[in-house]
Amino acid sequence: MLTALDKKLLQEIADLHGDPPGAFNIRKDGQGIQRRSLEGIEINPKSDQPGIDVIVSAGKEGTVHIPVIMTQTELSDLVYNTIDIGPEAVITLVAGCGIHNPGSGNARHDGVHEIIVRQGAHLVYTEKHFGEGEGGGKRMLNPKTLLTVEEGGYAELELVQIRGVDDTTRVTEVEVKTGGRLVMYERLLTDGEQTANSDVLVKLMGEESTARIISRSVAQERSMQAFNPRLIAYGPGRGHVECDSIIMDQAVVRSVPEIWAENADAELVHEAAIGKIAGEQLIKLMALGLSEEEAEEAIISGFLK
Amino acid sequence: MLKLDNISLEIEANDRKVKILHDINLEFEAGKMYALTGPNGSGKSSVTRVAMGIYQPSEGAVIYNGEDITTLDVSNRARAGIGYAFQHPARFKGMPVKDMLEYAFKYSSGYDCQVLRDLGLCPEEYLERALDNSLSGGEIKRIEIATLLAQDPKVRMFDEPEAGIDLWSFEQLIDVIGASHREDTTTVVISHQEKILNMVDEIILIENGTISMRGDRETIWPKIKESALCGCRRSCRLEEEEIYADCPR
Repeated sequence: MLTALDKKLLQEIADLHGDPPGAFNIRKDGQGIQRRSLEGIEINPKSDQPGIDVIVSAGKEGTVHIPVIMTQTELSDLVYNTIDIGPEAVITLVAGCGIHNPGSGNARHDGVHEIIVRQGAHLVYTEKHFGEGEGGGKRMLNPKTLLTVEEGGYAELELVQIRGVDDTTRVTEVEVKTGGRLVMYERLLTDGEQTANSDVLVKLMGEESTARIISRSVAQERSMQAFNPRLIAYGPGRGHVECDSIIMDQAVVRSVPEIWAENADAELVHEAAIGKIAGEQLIKLMALGLSEEEAEEAIISGFLK
Repeated sequence: MLKLDNISLEIEANDRKVKILHDINLEFEAGKMYALTGPNGSGKSSVTRVAMGIYQPSEGAVIYNGEDITTLDVSNRARAGIGYAFQHPARFKGMPVKDMLEYAFKYSSGYDCQVLRDLGLCPEEYLERALDNSLSGGEIKRIEIATLLAQDPKVRMFDEPEAGIDLWSFEQLIDVIGASHREDTTTVVISHQEKILNMVDEIILIENGTISMRGDRETIWPKIKESALCGCRRSCRLEEEEIYADCPR
């Protein structure tokens, strides 16, 4: 039975109101509490370690929700999920973790997702992180996503964390094979004393494999962010990395994109920028009647859209 | 409606104070259209920026409907009915055109994307697009003007609305500025374009931070053209209808 708090967390991270459509698995405080498989989308608990296997058959179309919620303090949850998207399948997968830490102890979730997008399959993967709690205990989230995009496959990752998570180290490793395509959006807002680290490694393995990594972040107050997106082309692939951060107050942002080619026909580009909100942007919105605070909020919410 | 009373403006550049405007006295009346013209760097934009509250004058007062608004900030002047379309519109990564229009309509009438159509932009094509570098100079400029039309302020200031706009859109732009001008609004256009100067009630020539000439179109335009002539222009044998902005001086 889901409590009102559970439902609120699910709404925050997965935009869920009531039962998810399609197949789903809800994990709460270290245990699977609700699960539904469908024909062509099997969700089974792992027998040897905590976590689930999601197996999608060839050509299947549908949605899968696998949110994790944590409502206790002094809890550390480690989970391994394996997601196998069969050839030519078209799947939207919503993961994510919401923590409500009511006490002064830490609540920590470490999730390892191993995903394979098989030949010609299409995956849109959303992972949203949310944290709250009144007890002063830390909310910590450390997701690790290991993704393989096979020949002609397409994967779109949207990784979002807006406020509320005190400490995060995000690792994303992707291997894109011949003709595979990856688009990755990362959006992050930290405030207070929060820290966020994001390490991304994308390997373009073959011909016509492409990757686009777009990272947007806002660092407020005394928070710290570090980005290290690396893009390696072993063959004639094409890739673009764009890291853009708005820095405010006493925050610290470190952005170190790296591109690395091992083939003369590879085309790789990186762009990185850190800067404050431009005065001309504020003035424009204020000239429409918004207060300075409203203008700042509008710029940030547009930037993180 | 809006009065600049003995305005002087000093700004700091390279650690020293530079006087940009000297004793500017102007009164913009309701129902009238004005053009501010003059060479680059003469102070035209500074005049309108003081009126909008972007610059604080070092001397003088800004009076709006009889009230001294010199210390009022940009937001409050906008809410009071003063609006500005910028010469170089800011770009906003991620922010869709739709959101900007919603902000523009916040203190005016209900949301209507017709303002985009009026400027030759198809809303279906533009509403979801981000106001970033993917838009051309002409596109972002037309969106900027659309936001001022959406805001529908009583005092409308257009800072070089023609800059970056192609000829076809320029004709449309003039029509839109003219058609949206009403008896209860004041329109101030910074421009070098003869067609814009032709449509206004009064032309004000700003040179070296002061008003050097002002008057109605018939009396002032020939004088401006004459004063703008330079040896280079004469030697180029430019025709009469060549516009002032083309002079390479």
